Amino acid sequence: MATPRALIFSGYGLNCEEETKTGLTLAGASADIVHIEDVAKNPAMLSKYQIAMFPGGFSYGDDTGAGKAYGARVKHHLGDELQKFLERDTLMAGICNGFQILTAAGILPGALITNESARYSCRWVDMEVVGDTPWLTGITKISLPIGHGEGRYVDTEANLDTLEGTGKVALKYVPGEMSDYQGLPYNPNGAMRDIAGVTGKDGRILGLMPHPDRATFFEQRPDWTVIREQLEREGKKVPVYADGMEVFRNAVRYFS
Amino acid sequence: MAHRISVDSRADHSRAGRIFATLKERYPDTKLSGVALTRAYTIDAKLSPRDLTHAVAVLTNPVIETSTEKRVLSPNKFAYAIDIGFRPAVTDNAGTTARQMVEDATGKKLHDGENVYSSYFVFLQGAVTKAEATLMAGELHNPLIERARITPFKDWNNGRVALIVPKVKLPRPEPSRAVNLEIPDAELARIGKEGIEDKDGSRRGPLALSLEELHAIRDYFRSKKRSPSDVELESLAQTWSEHCKHTIFNDPLDEIEEGIYKRYIRGATEKVRAKKGMKDFCVSVFKDNSGAISFNDDYLVTHKMETHNTPSALDPYGGAITGIVGVNRDALGFGLGAKPIANLYGFCVGEPSDTRPLYRDAAKTRRLLSPQRILEGVVKGIEAGGNQSGIPTPLGFVYADESYRGKPLVFAGTIGLIPRKKGGRLLHKKKARPGDYIVMAGGRVGADGIHGATFSSEALSADSPATAVQIGDAITQKKFSDAIVRELRDKNLYTSVTDNGAGGLSCSVAEMAEECGGAVVDLSTVPLKYPGLTPWQIWISESQERMTFSVPKDKWKEMKAILDKHGTEATVIGRFTDSGTCVVNYDNKKVMDIDLEFLHGGRPEKQLVTKKPTVAVRPLPARLPKIDTTLLSLLSRPTIGSYDFISNQYDHEVQGLSVTKPLVGTGRVNADAAVIRPLATDTKGVVLSHGYAPSMSELDSYAMAGASIDIAIRNALAAGATLDSLAILDNFCWSTSGTPERLYLLKEAARACYDYAVTYGTPYISGKDSMYNDFRGFDEKGNAVHVAVLPTLLISAMGVMDDYKKAMTFDFKAPGDRIYLVGRTRAEFGGSEFSKVAAGTFMSGRVPVTDAKENATLYKVFSKASVKRHMSSAFAVSRGGVGVALSKMALAGGLGANVSFTGDAHTALFSESTGRFLVTVAPSKEKAFLSALKGQAVKKIGTVSEEAMLRIKTGSVSTALSLNSIKEAYHTPYNDF
Repeated sequence: MATPRALIFSGYGLNCEEETKTGLTLAGASADIVHIEDVAKNPAMLSKYQIAMFPGGFSYGDDTGAGKAYGARVKHHLGDELQKFLERDTLMAGICNGFQILTAAGILPGALITNESARYSCRWVDMEVVGDTPWLTGITKISLPIGHGEGRYVDTEANLDTLEGTGKVALKYVPGEMSDYQGLPYNPNGAMRDIAGVTGKDGRILGLMPHPDRATFFEQRPDWTVIREQLEREGKKVPVYADGMEVFRNAVRYFS
Repeated sequence: MAHRISVDSRADHSRAGRIFATLKERYPDTKLSGVALTRAYTIDAKLSPRDLTHAVAVLTNPVIETSTEKRVLSPNKFAYAIDIGFRPAVTDNAGTTARQMVEDATGKKLHDGENVYSSYFVFLQGAVTKAEATLMAGELHNPLIERARITPFKDWNNGRVALIVPKVKLPRPEPSRAVNLEIPDAELARIGKEGIEDKDGSRRGPLALSLEELHAIRDYFRSKKRSPSDVELESLAQTWSEHCKHTIFNDPLDEIEEGIYKRYIRGATEKVRAKKGMKDFCVSVFKDNSGAISFNDDYLVTHKMETHNTPSALDPYGGAITGIVGVNRDALGFGLGAKPIANLYGFCVGEPSDTRPLYRDAAKTRRLLSPQRILEGVVKGIEAGGNQSGIPTPLGFVYADESYRGKPLVFAGTIGLIPRKKGGRLLHKKKARPGDYIVMAGGRVGADGIHGATFSSEALSADSPATAVQIGDAITQKKFSDAIVRELRDKNLYTSVTDNGAGGLSCSVAEMAEECGGAVVDLSTVPLKYPGLTPWQIWISESQERMTFSVPKDKWKEMKAILDKHGTEATVIGRFTDSGTCVVNYDNKKVMDIDLEFLHGGRPEKQLVTKKPTVAVRPLPARLPKIDTTLLSLLSRPTIGSYDFISNQYDHEVQGLSVTKPLVGTGRVNADAAVIRPLATDTKGVVLSHGYAPSMSELDSYAMAGASIDIAIRNALAAGATLDSLAILDNFCWSTSGTPERLYLLKEAARACYDYAVTYGTPYISGKDSMYNDFRGFDEKGNAVHVAVLPTLLISAMGVMDDYKKAMTFDFKAPGDRIYLVGRTRAEFGGSEFSKVAAGTFMSGRVPVTDAKENATLYKVFSKASVKRHMSSAFAVSRGGVGVALSKMALAGGLGANVSFTGDAHTALFSESTGRFLVTVAPSKEKAFLSALKGQAVKKIGTVSEEAMLRIKTGSVSTALSLNSIKEAYHTPYNDF
């Protein structure tokens, strides 16, 4: 199959379009950054794409609640078109603010609220893959950075039971090398049941708070200068990529 | 009719929890048992019942929130409700977003005069008294920008409390009028000091024009046979201000006729560039909003560091967010538009533990915010501005000293990235052309920032105090930022652009008019936030988030369509001309017509004189404190200790450019340099660093400036930069600059700026000065006090490194690595942290003398050794000396060290001699390292150990400190934040 095409939403304060594009492009997809108004004006363009990405950012400043305003815009102007897009064998992901947007638009379940610390937090976390999604095929553990003030995943206990029971929880925060290295709590925001990401549509939609797009290269890791030192002394080669790259590769592989 | 929608989050209790914790900490003796929080949106607009239902729905996330338009949601029981909202005319970002959501949900645009306002209700639970609730309300809001209402439970009426609509109501605007300057000097001087007199006898606020300047203006208008209009006078005051023209740096100073900027700052750059010849990397220096150097064959990187001090003293949050979002526009307004790729910050504040009150008035009614609250506010301001804009913040610093308790310094910087060329055009060049439209894009104009913070609400009617304080709006700016760097620039839709900062349109239009030779503006076309602004206010308003473009007529339609799509308002407000004049009209009447030559070149110079102050140096005490306790005291100083709470909440990963982190190693120690990688397609990196040493200023400002430059350079080298790649920026924040003594310190510092930059070969590419950082007010006894900041020079360095994979961090990497001290140590304690701890003052001991010539030779070979990867870690020794450097390296690496020193122990460990690095070297690389640094002052002092202890031998004395005790001390000063 030909190179899959990805549409990355932009506008109104989204801001991780470029690094999301870098990840997808390095993995072998072709990616376009498109303003939501351009999509709304010409929703037919969605038919040309196999992957739709809602990247991270601060849409509308998150002033009335994270993802709420952009989510409302998506729902009002593109709700039907995105359903049509998902009826095909496509992939969709929402990273960070994108995840908040997908929950606010009702495309993914649950909600993301203010971190337990009531502060923005920028750090690395470790996760375990617990659900089944093409986005995470072959991955069991993954370490990525977060950058959010409202990343605490919540829902009713009953809904969470259902989510877990049906394998729709994709990722859970666990103790691991990064929380150990940084000496920080493994769950960075107080998310219920340590949930970092969930899926929809048989796993084809993935929403997650951590950023694979900020963990494409080895030198983005906080401990890379230490690992470099060890590897060089052992006469070994220093890796090129970091954990996030595999997520983008999975998306491309899905269409091969 | 106004409606109020109340939103309550069932699940989201973190914010309420934080407020509770803060109030409990500040008022531990009260019976406050809990805090609840709900939001409110007050919609002042005509809405049908159906519209209102839609509005409620869109503002509610049904998974976690309940809402109603019928009453304010609240807990069943509480003692007092405090509701806090903005005062009229204050930027309300949540209100703006809510307005857009309501418009989108109802499909109807709100009319002029209609608006949405955000506010929130805090419910105090437990047996809290009225007096306590009042105190708590004071803690929760800033009366300069917010109002607070306290409602006891008995008056709550189940949430049916009166609506508050902070609508701006201004009296009918007065038309522009002539101001008679043919008056006695005493009255003329009063106009300069207090401003133009309005009809009711009140004054408009200072023009800050001297008598000499007013005479020059009077003479000019005499030759025109008329009086100036108020618009003209206000415009000249803006253009000629210290803020815009940097008069102290440009006026003759003693024998320096051309001024210290031309001789020392620009002079250094010219000399360095000439010497670099073919290797000169400077592309655009001083003349644009940022300075730019070459990044690679296709791109330039830009840098600008700004200060936003006075506004941050009054409203720390608003001041800081306005500062950071404002300096982002210095990247966007560089050339034809650079994309902001990194933010930097620096906070000089009073010590957070300092609770001595200061007042702005003798009656002690207007209390200054405490250092703790100022720091909290400025931290939050940069957090909101930087994070919301999607610009990473890889580097910053906090420096605390009592001299900053009256007025903090807030530094905010932005790095930009811009392609060299697009469609045959060099993007760092711009030139408005006669006939081009003058286009204002972004936010609307209000009374914000008129005459800075002196614009007082009392001047307006009691029910509508339009305040002068600005609050940045990152999202409005992000929208046009996207439009500029993604679409408009590369489609070649405009010929020039600049940002609206100080002086607003009066400065941006007048600056661009110089490019083509004139401009004519119609102020009636400028979109306003609310009616009632007079022409002079529209012209000089500093409302934020605005750019001014020059747009060829045939490109306007396309440009407008793109900006519309991005949700950015853009309006043609005039035309550029070649008339040689700046003409402004309002309501079909000419209100300004000044020759550009006079506007920009008519200010009379003022001869400044200096006088060397006498300095009283105190000796160090005969008995010096013990090594271990001294080291722990130093680590817990607010000038040295960790501010990780800031780094944790400033996103440094966004854009995916991060190479080295603001918190280094497993011990997460704050770094003084950062490496970023601007392009995923190039291995080139950019190193950023800072240097400052204000504690040395009053002893010897020449030495202070030398040290600041040296520290900035060494911080960059320790991160992997090479000396020949570095460019620097100067930021002078002085105080009491009217006195010859302070001017002497300035002149000496500037002279050092020349000498060191030339010897190191590091050109200045941009700079900024802020000369009056003084607080004059009253202490708790009502006595008049003057608190002047230490004369502060911040040097920022930036350099391009060929391969970002060669970046270095300072954490110890492996047990057994050799520890080397590079550079010479002398007994130099003047202005040192040790002197402050041991003698209680910085004014003790000899200041470090920086030998630039010797250092430059060392730095060149050090650069080579770092490119060859001979060192496993490197740290530039500065505040706290070698003792602190060792502690930070050990803590960051989670490894200990065994080191020994000969000679005087305190000198070895705590002297702040410049020109030194502490490095570690793998045993296998020791030989190569030593041969690379042959002939330099290099001394092995010990080895890295597995054991979590710092073991220091000084002569026959052994000192041992555990990493845990070091960690505890290091995290002391800001652990309340």
